This record gives sequence, C-alpha cells and structure tokens, in this order.
Amino acid sequence: MNDLTSGLKRRRATDKVATGVVYLTALIAIIPLVSILIVVFSRGIAAINAEFFTSTMRNISPRREGGGIFHAFIGTLEQVGVATLIAVPVGIMVAIFLVEYGSRGKLAAAVSFFVDVMTGVPSIVAGLFIYTCFILTFGFDRSGFAAALSLTILMLPVVVRTAEEMLKLVPMDLREASYALGVPKWVTIIKIVIPTALSGIITGVMLAVARVAGETAPLLLTTFMTQSLNLDVFSGPQAAIPTFVWDQIANGTNPSMDRAWAGALVLIVLVAVIYIVAKVLAARFAPKSK
Amino acid sequence: MNGDKVFFGLSRAAGVFVLLLTLGIGVFLAVTAVPALRENTANFFTTQQWLPDANPPAFGIAALAFGTVMTAIIAMVLAVPVGTGIALFVAIYAKPTLGKVVAFLVDLLAAVPSIIFGLWGLEFLMGNMIGVSAWLDTWFGWIPLFANDQDVYTRSIFIAGVVLAIMIIPTISAVTREVFVQTPQGHVEAALALGATRWEMIRMVVFPYSRPGMISAAMLGLGRALGETIAVALLLSALFEINWHITEPGGNTFAANIALKWNEAGSIGLSALVASGLVLFLITLAVNMAARLIVARKRDFVEGH
Amino acid sequence: MAKRIDISDLDAYYGNFLAVEDVNLAIEPRQVTAFIGPSGCGKSTLLRTLNRMHEVIPGAYVDGKVAFDGEDIYAEDVDPVNVRRLIGMVFQRPNPFPTMSIAGNVVAGLKLDRGRKVKKSEFDDIVERSLRGANLWDEVKDRLDRPGAGLSGGQQQRLCIARAIAVQPQVLLMDEPCSALDPISTLAIEDLVRELREDYTIVIVTHNMQQAARISDTTAFFNLAAVGEPGKLIEAGPTQQMFSNPANKATEDYVTGRFG
Repeated sequence: MNDLTSGLKRRRATDKVATGVVYLTALIAIIPLVSILIVVFSRGIAAINAEFFTSTMRNISPRREGGGIFHAFIGTLEQVGVATLIAVPVGIMVAIFLVEYGSRGKLAAAVSFFVDVMTGVPSIVAGLFIYTCFILTFGFDRSGFAAALSLTILMLPVVVRTAEEMLKLVPMDLREASYALGVPKWVTIIKIVIPTALSGIITGVMLAVARVAGETAPLLLTTFMTQSLNLDVFSGPQAAIPTFVWDQIANGTNPSMDRAWAGALVLIVLVAVIYIVAKVLAARFAPKSK
Repeated sequence: MNGDKVFFGLSRAAGVFVLLLTLGIGVFLAVTAVPALRENTANFFTTQQWLPDANPPAFGIAALAFGTVMTAIIAMVLAVPVGTGIALFVAIYAKPTLGKVVAFLVDLLAAVPSIIFGLWGLEFLMGNMIGVSAWLDTWFGWIPLFANDQDVYTRSIFIAGVVLAIMIIPTISAVTREVFVQTPQGHVEAALALGATRWEMIRMVVFPYSRPGMISAAMLGLGRALGETIAVALLLSALFEINWHITEPGGNTFAANIALKWNEAGSIGLSALVASGLVLFLITLAVNMAARLIVARKRDFVEGH
Repeated sequence: MAKRIDISDLDAYYGNFLAVEDVNLAIEPRQVTAFIGPSGCGKSTLLRTLNRMHEVIPGAYVDGKVAFDGEDIYAEDVDPVNVRRLIGMVFQRPNPFPTMSIAGNVVAGLKLDRGRKVKKSEFDDIVERSLRGANLWDEVKDRLDRPGAGLSGGQQQRLCIARAIAVQPQVLLMDEPCSALDPISTLAIEDLVRELREDYTIVIVTHNMQQAARISDTTAFFNLAAVGEPGKLIEAGPTQQMFSNPANKATEDYVTGRFG
C-alpha cells in the first residue's frame, strides 16, 4: 500500500496517451495556417509588382499577364469604410443602451440575445437580406454602397459586443464622480465613459474590419463586378479584393490564376496586419486584472 | 435633462433597430421567396433538381440540404476533437507563454478570409488529399460512405468537409478554451489531491464543469460550417443529386448554390435562391439560438450555485 | 495505519521567489500537528509540499527532502499521484465537485484506480463508512444522490473530509479548513479532527491560535522577517509548552496576540 513508485501503469499510460493526443492537436491546428501562409506567399509573389498595385484590369483579357488590383483595393477601402462609418456609431449606441440604460430590462435582454444570434448569421444571408430589402423592395441598384450595407450587418454584432465589454470595464466610481459634480448622464457617457473605453473599442472595431474586409459572398449578391476603377461607392459596379480573386479564379487561365494568388496575398497581408495591430493594441490597453 | 432624454431615446432606438434587423432578415427573405414557391411545380423539400427558370419552374432543396448537412457533419467530426484538444493544450497543458502563442496562431487562422481557404483548398489541399480519399476507399470501401466507384477523388463533399473543419476549428477552440479556464482552481486541486492524473482530473472536473460551454462551442462551429459559402462553392462540383459516396465528386450546399447561381438567375431563379437562403437562415438561427440558450442556462447554474 | 513525515532542509520556491526556507521538522503519526504564524509566513506553502500539491502551481518547485515513513516523496522514481493518494488533503474553501452527487463525491477518488473492479455494494459500504467517519452520515443518508453543492458550508467541508478519507490515506493535510465556516460548523470540524487523530496523522494549518491550542498535540510556529523575505520555522514543540512557555520571543509575542 505505501509503495510510492508502482501500481499506476495503466492509468499513467492513459495519461501519457491523452497528453500525446493533446499536443498532436495543437500541432494539427498550426499546420493549415502555416501551409496557407506558405502557399499563398509562394504562389502570390509571382504576379506582385508595381503595376499590380497601381493599375486596374481595364482592357486586360484573362489570357494576358499584367493588370492589377488598384480598382479592387479602392472598392474594398470604400465599402469597408462606409460599413465602418455606419456600424460603429450604431454599434456603440446599442452597447450604451445595453450597459448604461438597459440594465436587467426585458428589452435589453432581448437585444443582447439577438446581437449574439446576429453573430451567427451567415454572410451570404446578410447579402440576401440587403438584396431583398435595399435593392428589391426599396428599388436601389446594386452598388458598392449596397455591399457596404451587407458588411455593416456583419460588423454590427462584433462592434456591439466589444463596445459592451469595454463599457462594462469602466469603473462605476468614474461615473459616480461625474454625477456628483452635477454632470448629466449623457454628457458623462460622452465625455467620461466613452473616452475611457475608446482604445478597447478601437481594437474591437479593427477586428471587425479585418473580418469583413475578406468577405466575398455578400458582395457577389449586392454589387456587379467590374474590371475598371469606380470611385463612386453609391452607383455603378464596383470591384473589391475578394471579388477580384473570385473573378480571376473563375477565369481560370494561368495569368488569371497568378493574379488570383497575388490578390489573395494582398488580402491576407491586409487582414493579418489589421488583425495583429489590433491584437497588440488590445494587449497593451487591456486593463490590468489582479 | 432634455439631452438625457434624447440620448436615451437614441440608444434605445439603436437597440430596437437590432431587434428589427434580425426580424427583418426573416421577413424580407420570406416575402421574396413567395413568388418562386408559388410557381414551383416540384416538391420544394424532396426534389433533387434546380430548374427555377425553366417553364414550368421545378426546383427543390433536397440535394442542397444533404450536401450542407453532410459537409457540416464531416467538419464537426474532425473539428470538435481537434478544437477541444487545442483548447486543452492552451488552457491546461502548455506553459502560459507557449499557450498564448498557440492561441494567437489559432485565432489568426480564424481571420483568414474564406476565399483564401477556398483557393488553398482547391489548388493545394485537394491534390494532397487524393491519397487519403483513395486510402479510405481501399480500406473502408466496404462502408458505402467511403466507397468510390468513379476513381476520381476531387471536388468531393469529403474535401469540402475537411476545409470546413479547418475553418471552424478556431471557433470551437476559442469558445471551449474560455470555458476551460473558468474551471474553479479549487476543484482542479481537489481532484489532483485525491490522486488523479492530469487526464483523470480533466475528465473528473474540467469536462463536466465545461459541458454546456463545449456543446455551445460545437454548435457555434456548426452554425459557421452550415453557412460557409465561398470556400465550399470553389471546392464542390455543384451537382444536384444526393450521393452518399462522400469521396466522389458531387454535392452542393445552400450557401454555395446561391453564390454560384446568383448571376445567371432570372427573376423566379432569384426568388428560388432566396427561398433556399431562407431555409439556411432558419437552420443557422435555430442552431445559434440553441447554443446561446445553453450558455445562458449554464450562467444561471453557476451564479445560482 | 498512520505514518510519520520527516521534513529536512526544505526550501520551497515560486519561480525565483523563495517562499519557505530551510525547514526541518518531524511530524509524528497519530498526532495533530498545527502550523501557525502570520499570513505570508509560508505555512500553507509548506503544507502543500507534503503531498506535492505545491508543484501544481506553474513555476513552483522545492529543494530538500520530505520523507514519508523513511521514503523521500521527491525521489526521482516517485509518482506524485501515488503521494497524493497516500497523503490526503482538505482545502480552505469547501470544494465538493459540483457535477457529482454526495455519494459520487465520496467515491470520486476510489473510482480512479479501482473503478472497474468495485461492486456497487462495496461502494455503498465505503460511502457509509466514510460519511460516518466525517460525522456527516446522519445528516445526508436520505439524499446521497443529491448534488454535494446543495449542502451547507460546514457540511460541504465534512463531505470533503469524507472524500479524502474514503481512499484510506495515511496522512490528512488540512489547509485552514475552518476559515470559511461559521463558529458552529468550526466546532463540528474540530470535534471531527480530534476523532480522526485516532487513525490518521493530521497536519492542520490555522490562523486561529485558539483552534491550534484546542486540537493539536504539536505546534509549529512560522514567521517571516519582512514582506518579501522567505518564511521560516521559528520553533516547534508540544502545543501546551508552545502556548505557555515558548523558547522564542517572537513565538510568545504571536501566541499572546501581540502581532499577526
């Protein structure tokens, strides 16, 4: 009974197998990421040159080399920009409602629940919704703006959630100190609460931007693809980087596939940079918990 | 005082807007789906073809539902154990620094756009998976699921399932990790002090405590797998028949079909695609709501205790 | 069945921080040994080194020897799982497993290595014997399949004691087992400790000097020179002597309530 060294063979073996499997899964998870990065870099770099960043696909047939992503880059910039301009204020207002006004009310509980549910709405459904509502019912044309609206639907729940988390972290003392000075609640929120939570909210917004910048499906339903530059987000067909990649894959020729990979490389670098900067900022601004 | 009222009104309106938005998705999709459903001469649920712009229109979602569910099942079978393993690694096994690095890399995987998963799957993974599919056919071909009578192993439901698995691993492992680290240290120590090995401690304390969170993590992953569009659209060969041989070319999903058929569809065709999108929306809605409700109940359980 | 523990030249670290320095102490079988001292003096840390729970904390390790009936529990070929099986532990906060029933909690440790071989009736016997041993049987015998988390704090702590003794350890370590309990539950635990001493070697950490005086045979007093300095064993001896006529000035100051 008092032997300290034996009697555990089977249990120890099970434990070792479990440990091995757990380490293996961690390895398995890293392999696809590394593989994707390597493949995208090695295949994408071929068509990357100055022309690729500065020119459009105007008058470039799929069989020809050359052309570029400039029109798609501008499209993504404008569409994501517009989506951010709409989603951020609305999202922050929803978060303010949940944290500052709605505490424990039924409406707040319902809103909170549906924000969670919205997180799970497939991106193609967001595209379908904008198509049926904005384009079919309200009669607008397909445009970069319609695409931006569908991206807004996808950004909104992410912005609400992070803003909510950040507002909750603002200490109650701060609000009470402000009330005690006779400052009205709404001024307190705008002047004290939001600025305190701002850095956290910004990183949350950046994560949301990283997520929607790579979306393809909703854009396919709400915009028409074009090979030319269109600066007007509100009318006419407008390209974006993900739809550019999709379009080049559909062409299927060798030069087009090279451009598809190059587009994928630009996209992945763009998304990764936004994502990593956001994560680093988040780590820096994270409140030090005890 | 007045400013307060205005501001409160604005924030409340924003909250109500979110409610209406979720509701609106269902309503607008349903209304748009009506014309196609009315014109349809085939059974919407059991038909294995998609000819909404033919005269008369005949289309059904049977093959779409099959492909969607099948790819999602394959993804879940692969991703749930791996995602759980990663969560265990990060939360329990690894040293904090290494755990943080792995967690960061897995989160980064979640940020990779789906078109890149599709392109990578199409051009790189598919070719490298032929061997696996052929191996399944050779050794497990007696199970109809793995049989392959065509000796072509590309563009299959199986490949799509594998890519989906990779895409949902980050979702599953992130949520699972969150619940694992919440296991009270007191219970962990109690199990170890009773002479449990680390694995026994995990089975004794961590898994039972985390079960609701693990289920909801799996369901969130499932929701994502069901709704994924572009990667699947690039990988599958978009056939409208139910084929149980999952390593053979074939299969189609709700989301992929919408993306592929959208720009060639006429007015009834668009309406039919919206109808299929409505079904997808309702399925993901149900899955997500179930996941959230499980977590909410867990929260009550913990706070009540 | 109780065994003795001999601690020699023991240092306990958290990473680079030396928490307990150079402890030499003999813990006699079938006695209650109390560790007392101000907070931060390392008494709980030392207790956790006795069943190798100290090393569960990332970066924590020990240097020195802890002999369990002559065998060093820190020897190369010793599995900590075996150590913990033989040296049970009760924690500061009652921590019954929330997902298990009362009976399930009691047999949780047993199921680990004998789960497949034990018959239902034998489990029932062990549950009853352990709960009786922890003076809890009469209070819970009608609801053995109810969750352990539904009990009062004092009952939960006695359930944890039952869980610890169900595996029939040689030594029972108790880390401030009453600090989260009300006075009546505290008395119940103290009565129990006095009974358990018939069968087990017991080491109890307490910040309550009256408790140490009431229930222990031997008392060890720990102190630290300043915050950030390692804790040290100042002196140990028969409890009566430690409280009436300690050798060291610091001990006297502490037991008479002048600091701590």
